[in-house]
Amino acid sequence: MKGRADEIYEALLAAHRGLDDAASAALNARLILLLANLADNPEGVLAAIKAAAS
Amino acid sequence: MARYAYAPFTYRTAPELRGEAAGNYPVVIIGAGPVGLAAAIDFALHGVKVVVLDDNDIVSVGSRAISWAKRTLEIFDRLGVGQRMIEKGVTWKVGRLFHREKEVYAFDLLPESGHKMPAFINLQQYYVEQFLVERCADFPELIDLRWNNKMTALQRRDDNVTLSVETPDGSYSLTADWVVACDGARSRTRDLLGLDFAGRVFEERFLIADVEMTADFPSERWFWFEPPFHTGESALLHKQPDHIYRIDLQLGWDANPELERQPERVIPRIKAIVGDRPFELDWVSVYTFQCRRLEKFVHGRVIFAGDSAHIISPFGGRGGNGGIQDADNLVWKLAAVIKGEAEEALIASYNEERVYAADENMLHSSRATNFITPKSEVEREFRRAVLDLAAAHPFARRMVNSGRLSTPCSLAGMSLQTPADGTGVAPGTACPDAPVEDGFLLSYLGGVFKLLVIGDMAVPACGIEVVRVGAGGLADRQGLVAARLGTDVAYLVRPDQHIAARFAALRADEIAAAMARAGLRAAYPAKAAGCFPKTA
Repeated sequence: MKGRADEIYEALLAAHRGLDDAASAALNARLILLLANLADNPEGVLAAIKAAAS
Repeated sequence: MARYAYAPFTYRTAPELRGEAAGNYPVVIIGAGPVGLAAAIDFALHGVKVVVLDDNDIVSVGSRAISWAKRTLEIFDRLGVGQRMIEKGVTWKVGRLFHREKEVYAFDLLPESGHKMPAFINLQQYYVEQFLVERCADFPELIDLRWNNKMTALQRRDDNVTLSVETPDGSYSLTADWVVACDGARSRTRDLLGLDFAGRVFEERFLIADVEMTADFPSERWFWFEPPFHTGESALLHKQPDHIYRIDLQLGWDANPELERQPERVIPRIKAIVGDRPFELDWVSVYTFQCRRLEKFVHGRVIFAGDSAHIISPFGGRGGNGGIQDADNLVWKLAAVIKGEAEEALIASYNEERVYAADENMLHSSRATNFITPKSEVEREFRRAVLDLAAAHPFARRMVNSGRLSTPCSLAGMSLQTPADGTGVAPGTACPDAPVEDGFLLSYLGGVFKLLVIGDMAVPACGIEVVRVGAGGLADRQGLVAARLGTDVAYLVRPDQHIAARFAALRADEIAAAMARAGLRAAYPAKAAGCFPKTA
């Protein structure tokens, strides 16, 4: 995250602020897909899914 | 409007029952569906006599398999029925995807021109069978279609199979060196051999309805996620010949199949889609998605092809197309073995190649099923996210999965193919088509092994028929052979039009090694000597 971890975490919370659970879940789903695409590294994405699930 | 008129085929008393035949045949095919009929024609083209047994005397009741993919049409063309299928079928290549009321995007399956066959046609299975049956009649000495001849028992030996057959005139038995079981999803052959048909049932039911109506819907595949006109998660509209539209509606696992088949239940569902247009129901069915396959397709002298070997969920056209491609893969091998041109071991490569293809088809259709029918809130959430993003983000469009439509399976890396260095189309690939002269390249390939030479590369004496493009051979009139297959390159092309080997230069010993690897004995095709190994 190149030293910007706190800023990213803050932006994540801000994006969810004021949303109900359904809207938050939808936002998360869209975000996961966008990040998976951004990573441009299918092996890394599959490893991340595994890491998150374990 | 003239719909297809079902007319029974003529039953004849079997020659065995008239005392006119000893009942020994090289090949008996069980089942006169699209796969069995295509196989019969292909055997006839190889000069191999076949008997086809079918337990009824009509074509498929209902449209069933309707989408025939480019590769299958190329096979039908090789069998001599491609043009007829195209003329009757509805050609399409555009698919539109909707989420609720909104179009998410449209895709074009074959954006490039210069192919003889279109990306897809829609043609009811009954027409496909009818045209294949009529083509079989061109080979009266080689194809014996026996309607209302029901196989009831079979006894396997090391080098033949004896079949018991029931007919309206009584029972008889016949012996086949090889049996090709094309008797469908509920294969009796499979049951009689007690073979396990393992797989997965998806807990989902779909209503499938053929509706005859006059409408100006374009020849496109329309797929809705969360359709506005239906409570299920998915709906599909597809155009067929004779003003018949195929409509698929997801019903959910709790739906009662008997009840949902009733016109009073179906008609309001159709009205919700087509509005006030007058229409007639032509055929209705309720089905479950399943993916199952035999562990092995070859069981001694009994070989399975099509739905008897594997059943694949719909929405990709992978069942019917996969079956025709099974026949395409099997027949030249079996014909070569029967004619003594190949060792019996060549048949194992059918198992290797088509089990792989079935698995690929099942993987794609299982993934599509999971997308089409989300099973939990989180699955629905991810699907909605993909659909929401698809409008603005091309990557998300590639994740929208309403069925990955059938494309030929690559056989790269398998036993028969010779690995190649350099550039060009990879061995194992179905040879791409391109315009040559006043026709198309694929019309010059297939049936037997051929050497496709592009450019002026010298060909050593090797007894294989050469198809040369450019350099005084066939004219590459749009430069598309060069663009798709390369220049100064040669390919060994199998009888099923798949590439077995690729050469940057032709040497007799390398061609011979590639032929031997592809399973052929030195005797093949017995035209010239000199470049095959002395012992094969």
